Amino acid sequence: MLPEIGQVALILALLLAVIQAVIPLVGAQLNREPLMLLARPAAYGQFAFLLFAFAILVEGFVTQDFSIAYVAQNSNLQLPMHYRVSAVWGAHEGSLLLWVLMLSGWTVALALFSKALPLPFVARALGTMGIISVGFVSFTAISSNPFLRHVPALADGNDLNPLLQDFGLIVHPPMLYMGYVGFAVAFAFAVAALLDGRIDRQWVRWSRPWTNVAWGFLTVGIALGSWWAYYELGWGGWWFWDPVENASFMPWLVGAALIHSQAVTEKRGTFGAWTLLLAISAFSLSLLGAFLVRSGVVTSVHAFASDPERGMFILTFLVIVTGGALILYAIRAPKLIGGPPVGLFSRESLLLANNILLTVACAMVLLGTLYPLVAEAMGWGKVSVGPPYFGLMFFVLMAPLVWLIPLGALTRWQSDSLPNVWLWLRSAAALAAVAAAIAWVAQRELPIKAVLAIAAGAWVVFGTAAFLRRRWKTAARGQRLSAEMLGMTLAHIGVGMFVVGVAVTESLNVERDVRMTPGDTVEVAGYQVRFVKLRPYDGPNFHADEGVFEIMKNGVVLSEQHPQKRQYLRGQVMTEAAIDAGFFADFYIALGEPIDGGNAWAVRLYYKPMIRWIWLGALLMMFGAFIAATERRLRQTVREESPLPAGAAVVN
Amino acid sequence: MNPLRKRRLVLVGLLLLGIGSATALALTALSDNVNHFYSPSAVLAGEAPTARNFRLGGVVLEGSSKRDGSSLLASFAVTDRFKEVKVHYEGILPDLFKEGQSVIATGQLDQNGVFVAHEVLAKHDENYMPAEVADAIAKGKAQAGQTAEPKSY
Repeated sequence: MLPEIGQVALILALLLAVIQAVIPLVGAQLNREPLMLLARPAAYGQFAFLLFAFAILVEGFVTQDFSIAYVAQNSNLQLPMHYRVSAVWGAHEGSLLLWVLMLSGWTVALALFSKALPLPFVARALGTMGIISVGFVSFTAISSNPFLRHVPALADGNDLNPLLQDFGLIVHPPMLYMGYVGFAVAFAFAVAALLDGRIDRQWVRWSRPWTNVAWGFLTVGIALGSWWAYYELGWGGWWFWDPVENASFMPWLVGAALIHSQAVTEKRGTFGAWTLLLAISAFSLSLLGAFLVRSGVVTSVHAFASDPERGMFILTFLVIVTGGALILYAIRAPKLIGGPPVGLFSRESLLLANNILLTVACAMVLLGTLYPLVAEAMGWGKVSVGPPYFGLMFFVLMAPLVWLIPLGALTRWQSDSLPNVWLWLRSAAALAAVAAAIAWVAQRELPIKAVLAIAAGAWVVFGTAAFLRRRWKTAARGQRLSAEMLGMTLAHIGVGMFVVGVAVTESLNVERDVRMTPGDTVEVAGYQVRFVKLRPYDGPNFHADEGVFEIMKNGVVLSEQHPQKRQYLRGQVMTEAAIDAGFFADFYIALGEPIDGGNAWAVRLYYKPMIRWIWLGALLMMFGAFIAATERRLRQTVREESPLPAGAAVVN
Repeated sequence: MNPLRKRRLVLVGLLLLGIGSATALALTALSDNVNHFYSPSAVLAGEAPTARNFRLGGVVLEGSSKRDGSSLLASFAVTDRFKEVKVHYEGILPDLFKEGQSVIATGQLDQNGVFVAHEVLAKHDENYMPAEVADAIAKGKAQAGQTAEPKSY
C-alpha cells in the first residue's frame, strides 16, 4: 500500500509543480497579485509531498520491502542499517528522487528568504523553479519511478554495489546534488530578471548568496567524490578526468566564474550581460552533467546503468530549458546598461581575466568530454581522450589564474597602477620565494614545475594575507573585515593549499606494486613496510582476507595497518585499502590479488605526501563560499539604481 | 570611437585571442591524446596502429589468464569470440577482472603481436558490458557472417 501512496504523492507534487510553473508567471505578466501569491504555497505543498514520497522510499529500504523493485535491486537482508538508508540514493531512481527533493528544498528556501523582494520578481523566480521541477518530477514519475512493484515480492533482494557501501557514498551524492540543483536558483534569478525587463544590479545582489552556497556545496561534493575514489577504488588516485568527474567539474568552473562576475556586476554594474549568461550556463552544465551520468552515452567507471530513453528525456529538457533561457537572453540582454568605463589595470580587468580563464578551462574540459561522442557521430571511430590532454590544458589555463589571485583582491576598481599594488605584495613575493627555496632544499628531487607550483601556492596564501594586512592598516575599526572579505580570504587560501597539495603529491608520491609473502619487508620512501601475516575477517555481509602490515622507520614501528580483500556474499570482490593518514603524508596499503596459490600477494604500497592538502583546500573554499554568503550588505536593496558615477573608487 | 565601444572592442579582442589560442592548443593536445578503440578482429586484420597507444577491448578468454611465478607479470587473451589477442600487463589487475568478463586495456602492440598494456579497466558493475565491447562482438559476428559459429568455451 505504502509504495502506491508514494506514487500518488509524486503525482500530486507534479501537479503542484505545474501550478507553480504556470500561474505565478501568468500572474506576473498580467500583474495580478492573487495569482502571483500562489507561488509560495505551491512550492511548500510540493516540498511536503516530495518529502513524504522520499520518506516512504526510505521506509521501504529500512523495513526491507522487497515487493518494491527498486528496494529489491539495491539492498538485501544482510545490508547493515546505515547503508539501507543511503542505498535509497545508490542507483538511478532513488538518486533522482533525492535530486527532486533537493530542488524542491531550494525552492522552499527561496520562497522563505525572499520576503523582502518585490512580488513579481519572486513570482517569476519561483515560476522558473517550478518549470525545472515539472521536468524532473515528471521524469521521475514517468520513466524512473522508484515505487514500481516487483510481483511477486522477493524473499531477499540483490545487493547494493559494495563500492557504494561506504561513508563516502552516504555523503557524496547529497552534497553534489545540493550544488548542481542550487545553481537552479541563480538560473531562476537570471530568468526572472530577464522576464522583468529591468536588468539592473539588484537581481545580482539578491542572487549572490545563493550562488555562493550552491558552489560551496558543489565544491565539497566534488572533494568528497575525489576522497572516496582515493580510498575506495583502491588505486590511490584522487582525480581521473573521467567523464562523470568532468560532468561535475564543468559547472564548478563556470560557477567559480559566476561568483566573481556577480561581484563585479553587483558592485560596479559592469559585466551584466555576461553574468546573466554565466548564470544560465552554470545550471545548463548541471543539466548536461545529469545527462552524461544518467544516459550512458559516455563510457565511465561511475555512470549509472544506461538507458537511452532516460538520456533522451534529459537531453530534450536541457534543450528546452537552456534554449528558452538563451532566446529570452537574446531578446532582453541588449537592453542592458553598462557600468562606468574601466582602465586597463583595474580590478574589473583582472576579474575579466579570471572569467576568461575559468570559462575557457570549462570549454576545454567540455571539448575533451564530448569529443568521443562527436567522433563517433562523425564516423571517426570509437575514441577516448587520455588524461594527459586534460592535465596539459588545465595546467596551461590555471597557472596564470593562480598567479593573478592576490592581485585581484588588492587592485582598486576602475583604475589602479601596478606599482601601487606591488607595494603591498612585495613581502608576499619574498615569502613565496623563500617557501619555494625551503621546499627545494628539503626535497632536492622536486622537479622545477613543482617548485614553481609551490611558489605559486605560497604566493596565493601570502598575497591573500597581504590583503588582510592592508585592510588592517587602512580601514577603520569595525569595518576591517566583512563576511564577504573573510569568505574570499579563506577560499583563496584554500586555492593556495590545493595548488601546493597537488604539486607535492604529483611530484613526490611513490607508488610501488610489489609481490610480498608474510614476513617480507619492503622499503618505500625511507620507510620499511613489513607484511606480518594474513588473517581471516568476517563482516556483516562479507568475508575478507585481512593483511597485517607494520610501517617502520629505522626499525621503530610507527603504525599497524589492516587492508582487506573482501568477498561479498553476492560474489563481488572489493579492495579495502588501509591508509595511515597524516597532515604531511599518507601511507596507503592495498591488497592486490593472491598469487602463487595464495602464498604471496600482489600489494600496492603508496606514499602520498601532502595529499590531504588537496581536500583541505577544497574544504576551505567551501567555508569561504558559505561565509561570504552571510554578507549583510547582500540582503539589503540597492538604494541607487543608476551605475556609480565615474571616478568613484570603491575600495573593498 | 567612444570609450564604451573601445572597451567592448578590447573585451571582444581579448576573448577571441583567448579562445583562439586555447583552441589551437586544445586541438594539438587532443590529437596527441586520443586513443582509438579496436577489437581483436580489427587488430589481427592490421587496422590498429603499431607505434601508438590504443585501447583493446573484449572478453577475457576463459582459461587464458596466467601469472608469472616470480614477478607481477600477468598474461591473458582478449577475445571478441572470433579472434583473440594476447595481452601482457605488469601490475595489479582490477577486482572485477575475471575470465569471461569484459575488459578494456590501453597500451601498444610489440613486434610479436603481443599487446603490452599499461592500464587494464574492468567495470564497477559486473553485469555491464562496455558499449565498445558489445559493439565489437556484434561487429565480429556480422563480419564472420553465418558461415562460422562463434567459438564457445
